[in-house]
Amino acid sequence: MSRSPIRDLLVGVFVLSGLVALAYLSIQLGGATYSGPGGLTLYASFDEIGGLAARSPVVIGGVKVGQVKKIELAHDGSFRARVTMDVDRGLKLPDDTQAAVLTQGVLGNQYVGLSPGGSDTMLAEGGEITYTQSAVVIERLIGKFIQNIGNGEREKKSKGGDGP
Amino acid sequence: MFELVRNVGWRTVDNVHGLGGITLFGSRLVLETLAPPYRLRRIVDELYNTGVLSLAIVCASGTAVGLVLGLQGYNTLVRFGAEQSMGAVVGLSLVRELGPVLTALLVTGRAGSAVAAEIGAMVATEQLDGLRMMSVDPIDFVTQPKALALVLSMPLLSALFIVFGLFGGYLVGVGLLGVDAGTYISSLENNIDFRNDVLGSLLKSLVFGALVGLISTWRGYTSAPTSAGVSRATTGAVVQASVATLMFDYVITALWGVGV
Repeated sequence: MSRSPIRDLLVGVFVLSGLVALAYLSIQLGGATYSGPGGLTLYASFDEIGGLAARSPVVIGGVKVGQVKKIELAHDGSFRARVTMDVDRGLKLPDDTQAAVLTQGVLGNQYVGLSPGGSDTMLAEGGEITYTQSAVVIERLIGKFIQNIGNGEREKKSKGGDGP
Repeated sequence: MFELVRNVGWRTVDNVHGLGGITLFGSRLVLETLAPPYRLRRIVDELYNTGVLSLAIVCASGTAVGLVLGLQGYNTLVRFGAEQSMGAVVGLSLVRELGPVLTALLVTGRAGSAVAAEIGAMVATEQLDGLRMMSVDPIDFVTQPKALALVLSMPLLSALFIVFGLFGGYLVGVGLLGVDAGTYISSLENNIDFRNDVLGSLLKSLVFGALVGLISTWRGYTSAPTSAGVSRATTGAVVQASVATLMFDYVITALWGVGV
């Protein structure tokens, strides 16, 4: 077949747009390069992380500043969950910052919320966030609630028996 | 009785013969792709035929699938009050399954059939014999660029299908049903993983491209040199490539791991 400039141009456009789509999928959605150089690695240990997973967002006051990189059981025998987080390098976090596992809405995804403290020393690369607050597990909450209702009624009954 | 047993035996031998034939043909294709001459000119022409001409149908179908997914996903999720997970539902189903599989089926119908019919017609009109007379290898000159173009264009078309599908889901979710735009996008970004989802999707579309390319060129190349033979080859190429795509989809999904 002979060389046709328009056909070649169309093939070029097709290949380039396909590559752009692939790049969008892998970089923007897949997050292939998010944890590249430039991220600040922080650690935090929790008693309970609920449904937190790798790639869950790390948030300060509702603004996403990073993501969870890895979750493992702590090696020091405390059976706590050790969460490795990757946050923006420019972030200056005091070393008394608190980390909490929170939920978006009642059934939403879980994320790590950071609330900066007032200390003058800042967390450095590989720093450990010591003040942590565990995830609220909704089943336990409901269990406690039901138990409390039961106790309340028993109290009421026993009071009723004592009364005149 | 003997006739029956002989029949079973003959069919088995015939099937195994066909399987061996397509395997040999496939290894010839791979060999011709790796060995020079590379015939870049022919590959660009075939990329136009399979890729550019399939572009419109792939983008339109992608958008339509995304629209429907958005609607269906929303209606199911809203019962559990989980509309904020809509991006994850639309994105994961598109990236993992619908993108590669539906693109492969569309390309089979749009380009695979054309490839089989074209090669079949060349067999029927003795053009391949003419090439052989001039000592030009028809596998190298005719079938290899077509098969390679199908392999190369499949991942690109699948990626475009997925992006248009995500756009369709966005249109329905954000534009029509009032899901927050940021929630949709962040649900997409938080739930799609590079290795589990995007790489798996890419692998799938490459394998499907190889299957469609191999089967449609093989059916065209071995078609009987009559008009009925060409029509049988075209139908066979579409049916076999579609079934092979769906079966291999299960195998790849099982082997690659579904992830969490």
